[in-house]
Amino acid sequence: MESQIEKQEYNITVYTENQIGLLNRIAIIFSRRKLNIESLNTSPSEVNGIHRFNIVITETEEVVRKVARQLEKQIEVLKVYYNTNADVIWQEMALYKVPTDVIAEQVSVERLLREHGARAVVIRNDYTVFEATGHREETDKLVEVLQQYGLIEFVRSARVAIIKASDGFHSKLKEFEQREPGDEVVENQYLNNRDKVFTM
Amino acid sequence: MDTLEIQKDKTDAQQAKAVATLTGSQILLNGLIAEGVDTIFGYPGGAIMPIYDALYDYNDRLKHILVRHEQGATHAAQGYARTSGKVGVVFATSGPGATNLITGLADAQIDSTPMVCITGQVFAHLLGTDAFQETDVINITTPVTKWNYQVTDASEIEEVLAKAFYIASTGRPGPVLVDITKNAQIQMAEYFGYQKCDHVRSYKPKPEIRKSYIEQAAELINKAEKPFVLFGQGILLGNAEQEFKAFVEKSGIPSAWTILGAGAIPTDHPLNVGMLGMHGNYGPNVLTNECDVLIAIGMRFDDRVTGRLDKYAKQAKVIHLDIDPAEIDKNVKTTVPVWGDCKETLPMLTELVQQKTHDAWLQKFRDFAQQEMDQCIDAEINPKEGELSMGEVINQLNQLTNGDAVIVTDVGQHQMVACRYAKFNNTRSNITSGGLGTMGFALPAAIGAKFGAPDKDVVAVIGDGGFQMTLQELGTIMQSKVDVKIIILNNQFLGMVRQWQELFNDKRYSFVDITSPDFVALAKSYYIDGQRISERNQVKDALATMLEHKGPYLLEIMVKKENNVFPMVPQGCSVSEIRLK
Ligand SMILES: Cc1ncc(C[n+]2csc(CCOP(=O)(O)OP(=O)(O)O)c2C)c(N)n1
Repeated sequence: MESQIEKQEYNITVYTENQIGLLNRIAIIFSRRKLNIESLNTSPSEVNGIHRFNIVITETEEVVRKVARQLEKQIEVLKVYYNTNADVIWQEMALYKVPTDVIAEQVSVERLLREHGARAVVIRNDYTVFEATGHREETDKLVEVLQQYGLIEFVRSARVAIIKASDGFHSKLKEFEQREPGDEVVENQYLNNRDKVFTM
Repeated sequence: MDTLEIQKDKTDAQQAKAVATLTGSQILLNGLIAEGVDTIFGYPGGAIMPIYDALYDYNDRLKHILVRHEQGATHAAQGYARTSGKVGVVFATSGPGATNLITGLADAQIDSTPMVCITGQVFAHLLGTDAFQETDVINITTPVTKWNYQVTDASEIEEVLAKAFYIASTGRPGPVLVDITKNAQIQMAEYFGYQKCDHVRSYKPKPEIRKSYIEQAAELINKAEKPFVLFGQGILLGNAEQEFKAFVEKSGIPSAWTILGAGAIPTDHPLNVGMLGMHGNYGPNVLTNECDVLIAIGMRFDDRVTGRLDKYAKQAKVIHLDIDPAEIDKNVKTTVPVWGDCKETLPMLTELVQQKTHDAWLQKFRDFAQQEMDQCIDAEINPKEGELSMGEVINQLNQLTNGDAVIVTDVGQHQMVACRYAKFNNTRSNITSGGLGTMGFALPAAIGAKFGAPDKDVVAVIGDGGFQMTLQELGTIMQSKVDVKIIILNNQFLGMVRQWQELFNDKRYSFVDITSPDFVALAKSYYIDGQRISERNQVKDALATMLEHKGPYLLEIMVKKENNVFPMVPQGCSVSEIRLK
């Protein structure tokens, strides 16, 4: 019940056809409600021709559910899931540019980087670029640390997330390709969740 | 076996191949004919000229109505769609032509009206260069369309058009826009004959029905002592009027309508207890907060219906039948969601509900109706003295049309009065802008409504303000000889806003005093007959003259300047706080 009223991070996964203009159609569903998209990633999925959006917002479950339904209503959207962080495996990647001389001089920096699981991607005379992948706190922590060593540039990618309980989209897609609905339909996640809501 | 079959397929395919080589424009027009389109509302311009050039040769098969403003084309297409149940079709050029469609698209989107708009666009190689009359129509229209698509190659036209009609007309209907670059209109492409679309992989027009919810709903209904049905346009859109009537009659449940649901069952039906919402009837509003089971069918709990949500039907179990899953729990939490097409779910429900009457409960609605009649309605529809009221005009109109006319209303006090008091015997006969409340809707919508229902009397009821928003469509009525009857209820005010200023802003009448031209003379200048009246004893004859007149007619009726529409649920109040005066 708490999750209904309290805001928290939700990972919204949207499976779509690959069509120009769809990004706008999806984005305006958020902007219309004045919801801030914290992270948005688009990528192919395991199924050829099906795209996958990972969207992160901090909101109440109720708002996220309504947004998910509006998203699913769009013609080119096949399916939408939303999950809390506990329900997904997620990662973000970050790049850090640091002056090479500082690193060369200070042995402690190398240790620090190793502790944070960062690895060098490019080493030049003037600068070195490190990459670290992890959760937000982890990549943030490294920013803090590297500030002391003259961090020149920092960038972090959008979040990618995989739903722990998902079986992937291959079998789902078969249902979508079917022209006739099956006899026994319990397909919809909202419908299935209704049991909790039904309070006679 | 397999190889043989493949070979056979091949020959079929080869035979079917390239029935002809046509221009993109011709492919488009052939497609429209194949979709059963007979009427197009449009306005030409540079970027759509190839389509209009092709149309020249299709004049015998496609009727094109030249409007006076593209907004008018959209509302006409809406009116057409609403009376006929078919998809309304609009043509417009790029840039300003396309931007003029926005209001109508937004109106059709919020009122679920099936419409396909075809816009011309600059040549594909000019896209993004700020070419003459280039506007980013796809992005501008995205929030106000169910689907939109830009075609840049003639070979796409057939498939995209088929998809457009399929998406516009199925599931919860809505407007679709197809933007076609000029090169695609001119380009030649092989035409294989038109293939209608019946499946889009990522689009489920209707959610699948879950039997257990029908059973749960039936159980709730069968146990209910004070059940109450709220019905909306979903019944009309689903062509489920018969199924709805069967359900209501078997279950014996009092039923009230949203403004777009009017006519789903006749006004006089004994279980039709009236209108919901801000200016709806007394009983339906008050008893919403007394019923034990609320059954919402094809309606979406708009805030004009619910008033204050946290005081709305809190005591009731709610059953919501809707084709659009996004509507379930959007505004009102449901106890049982019955997703699906009500044409299918209603008969399933009817089978499981017990045959019943709810006499005592129904009597409550009648008691409230009597109070409303005594304290509010009677003075409005049967005034004995003073200036004319809007209600008495509608009441007189009922006597002459017997409830068989199509009534098209604009937005404001006259709309509320007309919807409250007009009698509707038939479905698809109340045409109004519900969700968007678009002033200027009625005159062009009436044109479309007449093309959609040529055998019916079409009467537009419009305010002096709203009429001045789209009055140029008198030109369309003149040129295309559209037999619509226009009633202007002239209170010399932007009445509805004035009413709010009177009630809630201490009568500080801020820019609601509106002057008008001589409407009758204006109509005359378009060769449309008409007259102005202001006396009670003229009303009946004037209405009869209007209805008997062959061809379009404009009747301006001067009504009381500062009359208010009651009952009223003031904004921010609960439905039980409805005021009778
Ligand atoms: C396009 C548009 N602009 C403004 C409004 C706000 N509005 C709602 S009702 C109304 C007054 C309408 O006046 P009139 O057409 O004279 O009708 P009446 O209320 O007097 O019957 C106004 C301005 C609107 N609904 N639509």
